[in-house]
Amino acid sequence: MNTSIQFDATGKLRHFLTIDGLSRELLVRIMDVAESFSSVTDQQVKKVPLLRGKTIVNLFFENSTRTRNTFELAAKRLSADVLNVNIATSATSKGESLLDTIRNIEAMSVDMFVVRHEASGAAHFIAQHVAPHISVVNAGDGSHSHPTQAMLDMFTIRQYKDDFSKLKVAIVGDILHSRVARSEILALNILGTEEVRVVAPKTLLPDHPESLGVNVFHDLDQGLEGVDVVVMLRLQKERMSGAFLPSEHEYFSYFGLTEERLAKAKPNAIVMHPGPINRGVEIDSRVADGPQSVILRQVSNGIAVRMAVMSMVLGGHGETNTGGAS
Amino acid sequence: MSGERIVIKGGRVIDPSNGIDAMVSVCIAGDKIVAVGEIPIGFEADQEIDAKGLIVCPGFVDLCARLREPGQEFKATIASETAAAAAAGVTTLCCPPDTRRVIDTPAVVNLLRERADSVGKARVIPIGALTRGLQGKELSSMMALKTAGCVAVGNAYAPVENLLVLRRGLEYAANCGLIVVVRPEEPTLRNRGCVHDGVIGSRLGLPLFPSSAETVAVAQTLVLAEQTGARVHFGQLSSERAVAMIAEAQQRGVGVSADVAIHQLHLTESAVIGFDANVHVNPPFRSQSDRDALREGLASGVLSAICSDHQPHDPNAKLDAFPATEPGMSSLETLLPLSLKLVEEGVLDLTSAIARLTEGPSAILGLGAGTLNAGATADVCLFDPIQEWTAEGTDWHSKGLNTPFYGSVFKGRVTMTLLGGHMVHCLRL
Repeated sequence: MNTSIQFDATGKLRHFLTIDGLSRELLVRIMDVAESFSSVTDQQVKKVPLLRGKTIVNLFFENSTRTRNTFELAAKRLSADVLNVNIATSATSKGESLLDTIRNIEAMSVDMFVVRHEASGAAHFIAQHVAPHISVVNAGDGSHSHPTQAMLDMFTIRQYKDDFSKLKVAIVGDILHSRVARSEILALNILGTEEVRVVAPKTLLPDHPESLGVNVFHDLDQGLEGVDVVVMLRLQKERMSGAFLPSEHEYFSYFGLTEERLAKAKPNAIVMHPGPINRGVEIDSRVADGPQSVILRQVSNGIAVRMAVMSMVLGGHGETNTGGAS
Repeated sequence: MSGERIVIKGGRVIDPSNGIDAMVSVCIAGDKIVAVGEIPIGFEADQEIDAKGLIVCPGFVDLCARLREPGQEFKATIASETAAAAAAGVTTLCCPPDTRRVIDTPAVVNLLRERADSVGKARVIPIGALTRGLQGKELSSMMALKTAGCVAVGNAYAPVENLLVLRRGLEYAANCGLIVVVRPEEPTLRNRGCVHDGVIGSRLGLPLFPSSAETVAVAQTLVLAEQTGARVHFGQLSSERAVAMIAEAQQRGVGVSADVAIHQLHLTESAVIGFDANVHVNPPFRSQSDRDALREGLASGVLSAICSDHQPHDPNAKLDAFPATEPGMSSLETLLPLSLKLVEEGVLDLTSAIARLTEGPSAILGLGAGTLNAGATADVCLFDPIQEWTAEGTDWHSKGLNTPFYGSVFKGRVTMTLLGGHMVHCLRL
């Protein structure tokens, strides 16, 4: 994988586009830096001056509430100026090309783009075309990559579990369309996780799923047997009309996470979900709100991890990153 | 004999259509080949061309090259792309019907031919539309297209509404004596996919364009071709299974042929790593075993032609996220060097490689080109098999720079192209 684009000539992290090609050391470092920022969020004055004078643009070509909000808060807590550009209702609907949009905002002397786009590869494309002083952080591109979500999930797992090499993790649901799943699978494997499983009907798996570095299950009870972490994925309503599934009811009956099903996992297993959740579609409310759920912790961790990534990419914490896998 | 008399001396003449591979002379008078071998007694040349160190062969015949005119002159023009063809040694090229005024009337056929004639750099063979406006619903006026000079019809990338329309189209084309050129793709299975349904595409999360979109279409078309007796040619195959199905049909005596795009013989799915829009092509680059099967099919003759599948684009067509870019590669000028690379890699011998660029494609459409027969039109290509050059700058003629090979160093270069005895390209060093 050609991820050299993520690093500058000195090996410093310049863009954060994909987990693919990153080293274990770098992932651990992101989590360590996030750890140091966690306390900021608990302070009375929730700010550090690391990115004072920097301008960060949230460039969202696809709707998102949670991801954009946590990026915005993360940037503000680093004392950066933030511009939110919602393209779904903006320039491209007037016929402006993606590149023209980028060039125009670039001309406003900004330092970082946080990009979400519905097409896989969009963040790479933008990173290849921005001015040399601008960094790009991928906030989700198509079904390809959502690296900050993967890192906040790794960070959350680390808070509850000691050692990745002794963990079994099951990712359940629409793997085919999930950038979260792809990024998590990469991160879990880089961190040396003992076993990564995906659990889904065949229609919601990509071709050759095992090549992603996972064991494949089509039965939820079997897939949850003895796992330490359960990651549930959101099921989009469109999957029914696209003939991926017969009905929400059937999906919940066979792939929905209930208390009974969760009992197959280890007693201290944690339940995660990148959100937003569909109660009664992929997850039962009693599980989502239950003692094993860490879903809200994921949200607050999202701010610390995004602070870590942005500070590492824009300097400050970034000078000693020699994180590229050779 | 009239017109200028030319003798090409000192080169290695390879003409697969006549089984010639020898150090002989090629004599031309006016627009015709007079002799290949010894210079006939009494032939006095007005011009001698020294072909020392060069290979002299028939001009190449390309079954699929888009010129973008009429309608998309911002991408390329007949003038620019036939100049690129001449520089590539291509003297005859077939233009698919999906120009922005669809080639579904004699008027558009004549327009293309007249413009190509006035430029005079290459022969342009327009492929007519199988259905009116390529809408896939009603048959085009195939008899009129035939009368206007079309030898083949097809629907290019446009889907046919249903199998009954395809069956009727095949029947009617057979009735007209027209060959049907099929780019096999089942649109519902493709479903906006843009990369191979393999390991790489799954990992990158790009919309998948499965091999089955091709094989299902090949299977359906083969059944209907047999039923209707239509003469079908499959263009730009990408999958191992499709090659096997066509080989099986050929063994049973079904009159079916197939070609492959030159880049499919080199690149695989891993080319899309890094999201380079220049490797966004239709059909997509598939697995290593697909590529190897295409190479074997080419060597065995199941695939009897290599085409360029030339698709020049304006820069904007490739400036977007990968799935949002327009597919296609500017590939005329890399046709010969990439074919010679196949020889170097032991896929096929030089004579066979030249055959797949000359008599192979010519025979598929019955064009009578791609040969140095005495009496044939003097379309001749001279190339230096070892000269190295860089595909860029003033050495690049197409208006489309959309190729991952732009800027690459190649071995093997066309030095001169004659079209009907006229020099249409001459490399000056």
